[in-house]
Amino acid sequence: MTRTVPPSSEPEAQTATAPKDVAPATALRTGTSDVRTLITRNLRQSGIYVAFVVIIALFAVLTGGTSLSPNNVTNIVLQYSYILILAIGMVIVIIAGHIDLSVGSVVALTGAVSAVLVIRHGMPWWVGVLAALAVGIAIGAWHGFWVAYVGIPAFIVTLAGMLLFRGLTLQVLDNISLSPFPPQYGRIASGFLNGLIGGNGYDAFTLLVGAIAVAGYAVSTWRTRTARIRYQQPVESFPLFVAKIVAVGAVVMAFAWQLAHARGLPIVLIILAVLIIAYGIITKRTVFGRQVYAIGGNLAAATLSGVKVRAVNFWIFVNMGFLAGVAGVVFSSRSNGAQPAAGNMFELDAIAAAFIGGAAVTGGVGTVVGAMVGGLIMAVMSNGMQLMGVDQSVQSVVKGLVLLLAVAFDVYNKRRAGAAR
Amino acid sequence: MDDHLLEMRSITKTFPGVKALEDVNLAVRRGEIHAICGENGAGKSTLMKVLSGVYPTGSYEGEIVYDGQPVRFNGIRDSEHVGIVIIHQELALVPYLSIAENIFLGNERRGRGGLIDWNKANAEAGRLLDEVGLTENPVTPVGQLGVGKQQLVEIAKALSKDVRLLILDEPTAALNDNDSAHLLDLLRRLRERGITCIMISHKLGEITAIADQVTVIRDGRTVETLSLHAGEVTQERIIRGMVGRDLQSFYPERQSRPGDEVLRVEDWTVWHPTQDRKVVEGASFTVRAGEVVGIAGLMGAGRTELAMSIFGRSYGRNVSGRLFVRGREVKARSVAEAIDIGIAYATEDRKHYGLNLIDDIRHNISAAALDKLASAGWVNDNEEIKVSEGYRRDMNIKAPSVTAVVGKLSGGNQQKVVLSKWLFTDPEVLILDEPTRGIDVGAKYEIYTIINRLVAAGKAVLVISSELPELLGICDRIYTLSAGRITGEMPVGQATQENLMELMTKEKELVA
Repeated sequence: MTRTVPPSSEPEAQTATAPKDVAPATALRTGTSDVRTLITRNLRQSGIYVAFVVIIALFAVLTGGTSLSPNNVTNIVLQYSYILILAIGMVIVIIAGHIDLSVGSVVALTGAVSAVLVIRHGMPWWVGVLAALAVGIAIGAWHGFWVAYVGIPAFIVTLAGMLLFRGLTLQVLDNISLSPFPPQYGRIASGFLNGLIGGNGYDAFTLLVGAIAVAGYAVSTWRTRTARIRYQQPVESFPLFVAKIVAVGAVVMAFAWQLAHARGLPIVLIILAVLIIAYGIITKRTVFGRQVYAIGGNLAAATLSGVKVRAVNFWIFVNMGFLAGVAGVVFSSRSNGAQPAAGNMFELDAIAAAFIGGAAVTGGVGTVVGAMVGGLIMAVMSNGMQLMGVDQSVQSVVKGLVLLLAVAFDVYNKRRAGAAR
Repeated sequence: MDDHLLEMRSITKTFPGVKALEDVNLAVRRGEIHAICGENGAGKSTLMKVLSGVYPTGSYEGEIVYDGQPVRFNGIRDSEHVGIVIIHQELALVPYLSIAENIFLGNERRGRGGLIDWNKANAEAGRLLDEVGLTENPVTPVGQLGVGKQQLVEIAKALSKDVRLLILDEPTAALNDNDSAHLLDLLRRLRERGITCIMISHKLGEITAIADQVTVIRDGRTVETLSLHAGEVTQERIIRGMVGRDLQSFYPERQSRPGDEVLRVEDWTVWHPTQDRKVVEGASFTVRAGEVVGIAGLMGAGRTELAMSIFGRSYGRNVSGRLFVRGREVKARSVAEAIDIGIAYATEDRKHYGLNLIDDIRHNISAAALDKLASAGWVNDNEEIKVSEGYRRDMNIKAPSVTAVVGKLSGGNQQKVVLSKWLFTDPEVLILDEPTRGIDVGAKYEIYTIINRLVAAGKAVLVISSELPELLGICDRIYTLSAGRITGEMPVGQATQENLMELMTKEKELVA
């Protein structure tokens, strides 16, 4: 092998071929123990958590601690649960490289259908719930059909859907508000599990659930860690691992403690938690979830790897419709009725949550947990500013700037990563 | 002393890690058609980019003398200012704008008050179209014209800029025979008007038909400049210049033991997805187990199109022909079906079509056969790590772990990830499209070794390449492809670079 390198391809390709191997394999078996590597490697993710903590602390100081009071913590959960539910579906849509502008209208229509059946026709509450979910799924299938099989950009399809389903909401409601729902329906969003096992001035059941959640988290991360060690993959050092569990445990227990000292465990929080865990696993551990990332990361490569792109895109939108139906139920339950203007601008909050939570504008990147943190950042900010009596107009300005900065940060990060390549 | 319009002296251009041009000299006489030939990647396009200022002065070494003056170009505007216009292989026309709008794009004819005088522009465009022999109305949108006519619009656009040196990069690659002949006629007429022309082409028939001189470039160096007027310069003579380099022990040894036929393709025809022409026409070939078969073809010959249309019809329309795997006729109507049948295709463009660059090695390796790691839709990610770790070791992918992001690997290691991905689908036949493009010598050797291991294990491998030494070094049998048709087949023992190149440049009929 004495001869020199023949310029075997056009120079565009050659610029990328300069041998630039990452550190030798042996050095890495020991694991990434130092915090700095971990933080820089996950800057996109960890940056969000740091920002979240800073924002919570900031508003705790600005409001003199009110923002962290038991009642307010409960309120944040109740007020923003439906945005978080939408954000779960939205982040999946965004990872695949699409967008959904219609979810606000879909929330309104599903809530309206439920209200018409339950309030106007006196059907049982669960019929309303099932009907809302069915309508949501049908709308998702409608969007999925146009996006996946006809090939119209999701932006257009869902922009049309936004108008279409808002109009249908007005039709269904005959342009008037319907209320109130029977009390069982209202419990979905405003009910609490309280006093099931007693407690003195606090709800022991809430603390128990919190403790079970922490234990579950500890066990599952431990199992992941041991499996990774068994397969000789790099893991964080043991003290860091323990510190992470302790930190997560402390946050969850503090959260549960505050809830326990207010009204107990909100039912909607249970719904939300189940959805977050379920979709967290679906996106990371199922063939479907992995194909979503593949499509968003490189559509052509996914197609040439045999991914059935159309089917995956279709189900992404069906799923978004389903979650919009869930959000429609929760929102109509919370507002105890259906209004023609319900859900206005919800799509923008859900999209903002996904992007603040680290989803990439170009697709292929994002996590459910990130979107939840992004949504909570918006929630804590809005709530904190409301407590401080900040004018609505200023709130809007601040939220807009936060969204812009979050995405600018993402773009900056990517450019830096590209330069290092 | 010849009257030279252009002299490029000792041009050297380096990209990180690679010398693309080394001490290249080019002298073009005033009023001649000067052809440049060389294999793919020899450096022709790079040289033209240096000349037109795409690579500005200072990014290369050497000197450019134009019209007796040393010149320094810092961008395409500078070179156009002195009358050098380059027409690229991919035409730079806006399909929704009219012919006249395209011709004067960026060079608009302003009337009073800075507004565009469309009557004047259309009239002028009409005059330019006459010159290039187009009868279309200047207000016709360019998208409604065929590729051949679009090419002429490009030339009209060049004429509108008062071109003195016209550079055409593979002007006839996408044209049918009629359009090609028409274009060559036009070039002759332009020469009579005193316009100097540089033409990059693979089609030796065209070159000998119209060029005055030809400069041969090989591996980033000028080999020779031949005058075509003396009469003794034949196509064979040019081919010798293009390929004349030594084969060394650059390819690992292998015992050839072909077994049963694995893949047979019969009468395969593919149409261009949007244009009205056949990209592949009546191609038939076979690959046997334990055999490496090469397809030699120049850029634009239809190599990738042939492979991709076989691989689940992922290219083209009206795909017809029959496909047999292990003697049984099969239909591969989608990529998923093709993978099931046992066909794998590793693309020539791994960044755009092969890999998800923002994801890690593990997920890229499993992407085409995720079902093998899953039960009821749930991915066993521990198993996935085990599998991908196995490939990382076997293939010697240099990365800290399988969770390393693929976009940060070197080209050679990326290619190993692509190969791992396809090996994990457990294919019967592997189609490798330019498997060593853009990777360094050491990694090439490793890729060849992997190919040898595969055929030793009884797989059938089809290699598409425009690097003839590579094909001669690793194949058992070679087909040549030219203009979408198989023009020859020979065992590697009978093949030489010269006879392959002759078949690769064989045209349906010689141009008028």
